[in-house]
Amino acid sequence: MNILVFAEQIDGSFKKSTFEAVSYASQIAQAHNGNVTAVVPGNVADDRLAELALYGANKIVSVKHDNLNGFNAETYTKVICNTASAEGSSIVVISNTYSGKSLAPRVAARLKAGIASGVISMPNTSAGFVVRRNVFSGKAFADVNLTTAVKVLAITPNTFNTLENAQAVNIVNTESGLADADFTTKSVEINRVTGKIPLTEAEIVISGGRGLKGPENWHLVEDLANALGAATACSKPVSDMHWRPHSEHVGQTGITIKPNLYIAIGISGAIQHLAGVSSSKVIVAINKDPEAPFFKAADYGIVGDAFEIMPKIIESAKAFKAG
Amino acid sequence: MKILVCVSNVPDTTTKVIFTENNTQFNTAGVQFIINPYDELSLTRGLELTEKLGGTVTVVTVGLADTEASIRKALAIGATDAVRINATPTDAYFVAEQIAAYAKDQNFDLIFTGRESIDYNGGQVCGLLAEMLGLPSVNVITSIEIDGNTANVERDIDGGREKLTASLPLVVSAQKELTEPRIPNMRGIMAARTKPLTVVEPINAEATSASVGFELPASKGSVKLISVEDAGTLIGILHNEAKII
Repeated sequence: MNILVFAEQIDGSFKKSTFEAVSYASQIAQAHNGNVTAVVPGNVADDRLAELALYGANKIVSVKHDNLNGFNAETYTKVICNTASAEGSSIVVISNTYSGKSLAPRVAARLKAGIASGVISMPNTSAGFVVRRNVFSGKAFADVNLTTAVKVLAITPNTFNTLENAQAVNIVNTESGLADADFTTKSVEINRVTGKIPLTEAEIVISGGRGLKGPENWHLVEDLANALGAATACSKPVSDMHWRPHSEHVGQTGITIKPNLYIAIGISGAIQHLAGVSSSKVIVAINKDPEAPFFKAADYGIVGDAFEIMPKIIESAKAFKAG
Repeated sequence: MKILVCVSNVPDTTTKVIFTENNTQFNTAGVQFIINPYDELSLTRGLELTEKLGGTVTVVTVGLADTEASIRKALAIGATDAVRINATPTDAYFVAEQIAAYAKDQNFDLIFTGRESIDYNGGQVCGLLAEMLGLPSVNVITSIEIDGNTANVERDIDGGREKLTASLPLVVSAQKELTEPRIPNMRGIMAARTKPLTVVEPINAEATSASVGFELPASKGSVKLISVEDAGTLIGILHNEAKII
């Protein structure tokens, strides 16, 4: 059995989510006496490509093409599917990053494969081919059986560990077979926020709600985030009122996160908000209303005025970090 | 400009999720269904584009007759006409196959889906549909403007934003910032009653996946309260007791 894994590169190097995907594929291969092929669209140096072997890739198919350096859903799909056909792959593993989310369904349609996205478990093959995924925006899990010969698994980033399982480095350079006319979408400009921890990757998230009364009070959130090396987030009303950018909105219609620690300040904990954060390992709620629903979902709670509480926490966090 | 907006009928965001039949069925008893919020943004953006450039906005859904309240709402918001493909939407692959079969001869310039439905959260229909129709796609877009035969779009990427150009016809999926949803007015609601709603029978297609069971997350133990006076001890507790920092 061959398992193909899409190795996403950004500016010629791999992110943790890519190594998670290779590790995931490698674990399936070990359980089913299979082998792992990693396919890499875009120009990546050999010493970087070799990193994929460290996590269990038996073969690394490098498809170098200047137009493939940036992500492109249509042409990446062709490259992955051509490799899947050549390798006879029965499972394709893709990390469900933003790029992975646009790619995985296209790959599934082209391979006529069943697809599960947002996968949070290894496949269970005792009866069919069943994987677990989040549904109802984190309010529940579903076990999904894929019934097709070829299967596409889009795995949730930050869910599976990277596991070293070093294999001999076997890099094969392959032609893309693509013409310029195949690139129907063109990247014009990329803006990545630098110096800030992306919300979906953060291990600690500090989040503020309407209880903070206005954007001018956000230093209470930011000071604690800076002291703990955390990302900042907010509730839906806060982004709706433009106190904070939409990109910080966590909840059912915003971003779903699963950090180790989530501290909610002045957020009541409506069901839609909890849906986006309930997978956090530890939740701290700070709210002046003792009846706030967040206290039912939290591990630790402080009932009181955030303007009185936060300076104390920030001070002790700074002291803690100073050691 | 001929625009298609794919609409999913989903449980309202305040729904308490309960499963029945030995945790194999979602209990729809007493559940209010709405247009998937991301699809509503798609619809509004589609209307804004046709108001500027001329053209029509067709909404399509795959569902049984009980989805017609949502379709009528889409017409009340301003869609030109609606198509209901008369089948239970078993999985995203099935839905995409149905919509592709309908759309392939219709010459749409632009097809919108939502970023994901808020019930099954697959986020698959945009990519599946685009590949089935042989069209380019851009996922999770936060803005779109049309310039002749080209779309200028912005999409979310990990840790940032990307600006792209794409040729039409194109399939896109709507992210939150795309626009603000519109509330239907009385005139729209009256007009919706007489707008065309065509029911199309499904093509023969098989689902490629099936949900075999559901589970609710384990409930948390009771919250440990810390007094305001001792708020500063939180950091120590998170370090020593929760061992999380």
